[in-house]
Amino acid sequence: MNLLEIKNLHVKLESEDKQILKGVNLVIKPGEVHAIMGPNGSGKSTTSYVLSGREGYEVTAGEALLNGVNLLEMEPEERAAAGLFLAFQYPVEIPGVGNMVFLRTALNAQRKARGEEEISAGDFLKLVREKAKTLKIDADMLKRPVNVGFSGGEKKRNEILQMAILEPQMCILDETDSGLDVDAMKLVSEGVNALRSAGRSFLVITHYQRLLDHIKPDFVHIMAAGRIIKTGGPELALEVENNGYADLLEGVV
Amino acid sequence: MGLIAPKAEALAARLGALTAPKGLDAARARALDRVQAMGLPHRRDEYWRYTDPASLVAPTAIRAEVFDPQDEAAAFDGIDRLTVTFVDGVFAPDLSDDLTLSGVEISRLGAAPDWAETAYGALESLGQSPVARPLAALNTAFATDGLLIRVTGQAARPINLVYAHKSETSDAILHHTIQVDEGCELTLLESGAGAARFNQVLEVELAPRARFHHIRAQGRDHQRRNVTHVFARLGAEALFKSFTLTANGLLTRNEAVITFAGDNARAHIAGAAMGDGAFHHDDTVFITHGAVACESRQVFKKVLKHGAVGVFQGKILVKNGAQKTDGYQISQSLLLDEDSQFLCKPELEIYADDVKCSHGSTSGAIDDTALYYLRSRGVPKRRAQSLLILAFLAEAIQEIADEAIAADIGARLEAWLDRHED
Repeated sequence: MNLLEIKNLHVKLESEDKQILKGVNLVIKPGEVHAIMGPNGSGKSTTSYVLSGREGYEVTAGEALLNGVNLLEMEPEERAAAGLFLAFQYPVEIPGVGNMVFLRTALNAQRKARGEEEISAGDFLKLVREKAKTLKIDADMLKRPVNVGFSGGEKKRNEILQMAILEPQMCILDETDSGLDVDAMKLVSEGVNALRSAGRSFLVITHYQRLLDHIKPDFVHIMAAGRIIKTGGPELALEVENNGYADLLEGVV
Repeated sequence: MGLIAPKAEALAARLGALTAPKGLDAARARALDRVQAMGLPHRRDEYWRYTDPASLVAPTAIRAEVFDPQDEAAAFDGIDRLTVTFVDGVFAPDLSDDLTLSGVEISRLGAAPDWAETAYGALESLGQSPVARPLAALNTAFATDGLLIRVTGQAARPINLVYAHKSETSDAILHHTIQVDEGCELTLLESGAGAARFNQVLEVELAPRARFHHIRAQGRDHQRRNVTHVFARLGAEALFKSFTLTANGLLTRNEAVITFAGDNARAHIAGAAMGDGAFHHDDTVFITHGAVACESRQVFKKVLKHGAVGVFQGKILVKNGAQKTDGYQISQSLLLDEDSQFLCKPELEIYADDVKCSHGSTSGAIDDTALYYLRSRGVPKRRAQSLLILAFLAEAIQEIADEAIAADIGARLEAWLDRHED
């Protein structure tokens, strides 16, 4: 069975009559890693927002199924409980909400939605400490309000920490490499790779082939003008890195 | 100068419904003189521009349904404290602890000790300038009950004044005067709706290095009308901290008048107010820096929905010579829908040249991006909203020094949010 299936997805902005996605098709099977590359404004981030349920977008045609269930009819929190996770390009700062409180509230809410027991305070603390250690997230970062005062790299590590704790089936990484130095990128990639498993899939949105050296994809898709115009293996990312998008975009309106 | 005719008539009508109890006669007579000179407040008065005092000055109280919050324990229930209960403004000995507490002398207005003869009404009287506060003077003249508290050591436990509201037409006037001697400390807790109409004055005189903590939970009655005044004067290195939680209430006007009389003193005053529907809440603060190197901090937050109205009038006056003053003021509202309203008037008046004063005021909705972020992690919408509202209120709650008391207040806020999700 397909884990994620996007069929003929058409999306426009609610605020202006502007079509962003013009028929996206994508199938991701369990355990696969897919990468989407493409020039600015091609609709990569919009795809991730629409899948996670951000307001401000109108789906004019098509559908998106997670484990065969229509994602687009679900609230954002229901999509999360169903196993979808978006690592944000710009993680949001939430003053006044402690990182630990946030993590625990999110985990327990998802468990509750799935009919599971809430995790005890002791077990939760153990879980967070263990996961935080591998991402080099110190106690101070866990105590601070969500993402407040975090550096760019810390914010991205915090996204991966959330992913590690929530254990989603379908992980979307929206330009997780942006704003990261070489060491931070390595750390983040190791965090992601540690989560790779037969049942879990990744959709990695990026501008650069560099990230794909660390997180090796099974498939690479090129997106342009709201559609996926080409699909290939890891070699496609290298081709983009060397030649740019110009050749690929020829003939795309 | 005499009062204009409508003011004189309104005053005569109000005074006609009142009789001054025996005791503290001289102080009460002086207060009555003040009321007669000032008249009662009117909507046209600048200081009452955003809050209509008509129902507060009317000869009788408007009927207010009694509210019994059976779904929640009384405020400060788990705190080890000395409880003094007033039912509709009248001391209820059977619902109160014995008025003995190590480090503290407690008496009632009717049995005033010598020190109180001059202290009663003294800070209220000083607080009448530069802005008139006639309802406070009226209170001094006619208060039917209240406590005179002298703190002569480290109070063994907090004192909790509980104001029960049992009669639908009660009109209560309570006045407490507190003196904290040099280096001594008291925590005062206040809770409950008080009466259908409740006029309360609290005077706090802090000797050098005295410390006073005040935490108030203005109860959940929807129809009550409250006007309260806190007058505080701080000696050198004294500490005054006051926090008020207001949940519901048709009309609440909380005035705080704080004066620094000695150097290096600190006063923090904070409030969290939550209103849903018929709710009008007014925080009016006046802080006078009349000494060197004092720190004042005002933190007021309001959560408003379904047409609720919030008002903040806050002034910092820095007198000539009050160098090294550190004044901070923030007033913010979270408007949960488009029907609610927040009116704000921050004022700074500074006559010293080496001071640090800052103020800010904001009014806004819940941050959509933060809400989406929380929901994308699986937090249901309502819970996410509550988290963000509590985060908004956090700066005010942090002003409560005692952790157990802060937790009690936090739980009340959370419970209120749970009850008012829609």
